[in-house]
Amino acid sequence: MTAIAVQRLRSDRTVPIVGIALGILAFWLTLPPVASRSWAVPVLLGIVAVLTGIVGITHGKLRLGWGAVASGLLGIILGLLALQSGVNHLKLVFSWGGLIAATLVYATPLTYAALGGMFSERAGVVNIALEGMMLVGAFFGIWGAVTTGNWILGLLIGMGMGGVFALVHAIWAIHLRADQIVGGTAINFLALGITGYFFIQIYGNNGTPDLSNGHWFRGESIPDVHIPGLQGGGFFDQVLGGLNLMIWLSFAALILSYVVLFKTSLGLRLRAVGEHPRAADTVGIDVYRTRYVAVIVSGMLAAMGGAYLSIGFVHSFNQNMTEGRGFIALAALIFGKWRPFGAFAAALLFGFSSALATQVPAAYTDSSVSVLSSGSLFQILPYVLTLIAVAGVIGRSIGPAAAGRPYVKQ
Amino acid sequence: MSEPTGIPPVEELESTTFAGRVTARWNTAGTASAIGTTVLAFFVGGLVVLATGHNPIDTYKAIFNGTGLEWLIPGVGNRGDDASNLQQTLIVATPLMLTGLALAFAFRCGMFNIGGQGQYLAGQVVSVIVATSWVGMNGPVHIVIALVLASVAGAFWAGIAGFLKATTGAHEVISTIMLNWIAIWVADYFFGLGGPFTGVAFNPSSAPILANTHLPVFWGDPLLQGLHIGFFIAIAMLVVYWLILNRTTLGFEVRAVGFNPEAARYGGISVKRSYFTAMAISGLFAGLAGAVDILGWEFSLSTPAVHTSQIGFIGIAVALLGRNSAVGIFFAAILFGALSVGTSTRQLDPNVFDPQLASNLTLIIQGLVVLFVGADVLVVAMWRSPGRLVRRLRTK
Repeated sequence: MTAIAVQRLRSDRTVPIVGIALGILAFWLTLPPVASRSWAVPVLLGIVAVLTGIVGITHGKLRLGWGAVASGLLGIILGLLALQSGVNHLKLVFSWGGLIAATLVYATPLTYAALGGMFSERAGVVNIALEGMMLVGAFFGIWGAVTTGNWILGLLIGMGMGGVFALVHAIWAIHLRADQIVGGTAINFLALGITGYFFIQIYGNNGTPDLSNGHWFRGESIPDVHIPGLQGGGFFDQVLGGLNLMIWLSFAALILSYVVLFKTSLGLRLRAVGEHPRAADTVGIDVYRTRYVAVIVSGMLAAMGGAYLSIGFVHSFNQNMTEGRGFIALAALIFGKWRPFGAFAAALLFGFSSALATQVPAAYTDSSVSVLSSGSLFQILPYVLTLIAVAGVIGRSIGPAAAGRPYVKQ
Repeated sequence: MSEPTGIPPVEELESTTFAGRVTARWNTAGTASAIGTTVLAFFVGGLVVLATGHNPIDTYKAIFNGTGLEWLIPGVGNRGDDASNLQQTLIVATPLMLTGLALAFAFRCGMFNIGGQGQYLAGQVVSVIVATSWVGMNGPVHIVIALVLASVAGAFWAGIAGFLKATTGAHEVISTIMLNWIAIWVADYFFGLGGPFTGVAFNPSSAPILANTHLPVFWGDPLLQGLHIGFFIAIAMLVVYWLILNRTTLGFEVRAVGFNPEAARYGGISVKRSYFTAMAISGLFAGLAGAVDILGWEFSLSTPAVHTSQIGFIGIAVALLGRNSAVGIFFAAILFGALSVGTSTRQLDPNVFDPQLASNLTLIIQGLVVLFVGADVLVVAMWRSPGRLVRRLRTK
């Protein structure tokens, strides 16, 4: 009897999935509102999670199995870390409503840029210049908003300039058949130099002026959306009550990108060009034009993410203000396996780790100085996960087949 | 559908990799195209300066005056000032030569090691930790240990990407970008407030390194940041780079893989092993660059420095402009070293041109250089037949 029961368990994916859940539970139980104070809780749950993972691995469920092992280990580590902090501090960090709202704020620029990168890479042009294109959107977005006095025009100008930089990348990648990594590196240098140059030239040492408050069709900053009936201070009010318009738009951009790429013939053509340009050419698809459009759309989307940073979130511009967010977006794209919802989920995960990185140090200010800089460690998470993903330990990420290769018409 | 023209595309006549083409161009088109690229980049940069209402000629003249390159022309300018400026230029050129070599070595094996910055940081972190501990150790021994361990750290950091490429096929560009940011945030954690290696109270910085681990200064005043012997280390590495590539079996294999991995595999070369070794050696150069900067003039590592440093990234421009050759990298490193010193707040006369603008102008020029070198096919095509280029651009 037992043998049959074990057999049934073995053939089932549920074991490692339960393990992953247990790992998360191990950490969650040490946090408010439960806030268990016993070290045995995360350790025992974590060990069980690791064991289920090993069971999964030994029975061929590699991806889920390693996921359960990682989840269990993380549950133990994070759970024990949480026990080092007082309950009050934990309540400060893990006011879940605020944390989820912060996650959305940090995830939004990543979502736009990752969606942008998806258009470009799905069409076969590697875009490591997302960082530069975001920066261009951030600077020219705020410049446009301040100059015209209207955030809508600012956003459009930012997107336009992002498109111009993307056009340069496209010409180099498509017509001049330059190495796409070299071209992207050049765009990143240029974006950093040009935005920095014009920032100093136009605004000097005073920085960008204070933006006027945004409303639907006027004002220099992108407005927050205050939903009537969600202003009480409860959980949903904290999460959804005061999100920026651009965050809502990012959901729309996500769904629109999915529909365009996977439900229209246009999207099918774009993906065909990225997988097998020769075949696409043979059936009459204009490979070059498709790639140009894809790369320019990519630059405009990345610039939207940058413009959200400057005129939606921070309300000012600093030199190099994107600080590597374009590369996190690239990581999200790869971790999400070049798929819209995958990239969005990765952006949320990475946004969550950014939110934790900024909130964790605050929780430890008086308890123990030695963990003050530990917030930096949460910043590492996106990169480590992506490194593991490209190495193929947990479900290999493989990009479009023709990405990075110039196409030569015959 | 366009008609077949009968002319094979440029790629089919040449190496299958970008690295091979760039290197090949150095041999055929020679120095002229490198100089042409530079002149064009400075020209376009000058247009930006002109368009924003400044005088480009005065600007470039003021930048040049700050570089100390005038010292090389006897009988002109102030010898003392020029000497001290040139020392600064060479101090910056030193790590650029090494990160340039790092990029170039990977290029020669057909890989783009975009992680020079992370490997440079790995070297900085390890050298600063070594040079702040073990009080009382013999100075030269301590220095050698710091240099060696930092190089090993760089080799290890790059080796991760090489190992992943060899074993799982993970693209080195993605993995080295990730490793860059991991290095940046680990260093941020190490030396941030309350971090495990923070050495100064209320300051996100390591302790200053021990006095006997400073690299000796051989030109200028040690108290005024004279030129340290790291410069000779970099020169020696240029020679080592040339020797490895041109006088060893390892170098031959690396070049063969870089030129055409399929052909190399056919010829019995282990492509996977070459990927790993080439990345590790590449990281070795970058890690050494980090150590030379710490022991030569920085003397400590702070988190703002970690975030603003660009040495590894500029190494990309150095290697590309120098066409992966030792001599080319030497001159390209001097050029970019001079550019960043000439545009620094310390050297540039703010009455002529705002140094903050100038440092961004440097980035623009670096970007343009990379952009123009990147259009290698364009230049090769122009070199061979201007008419064909026009036809190519017309082709839809």
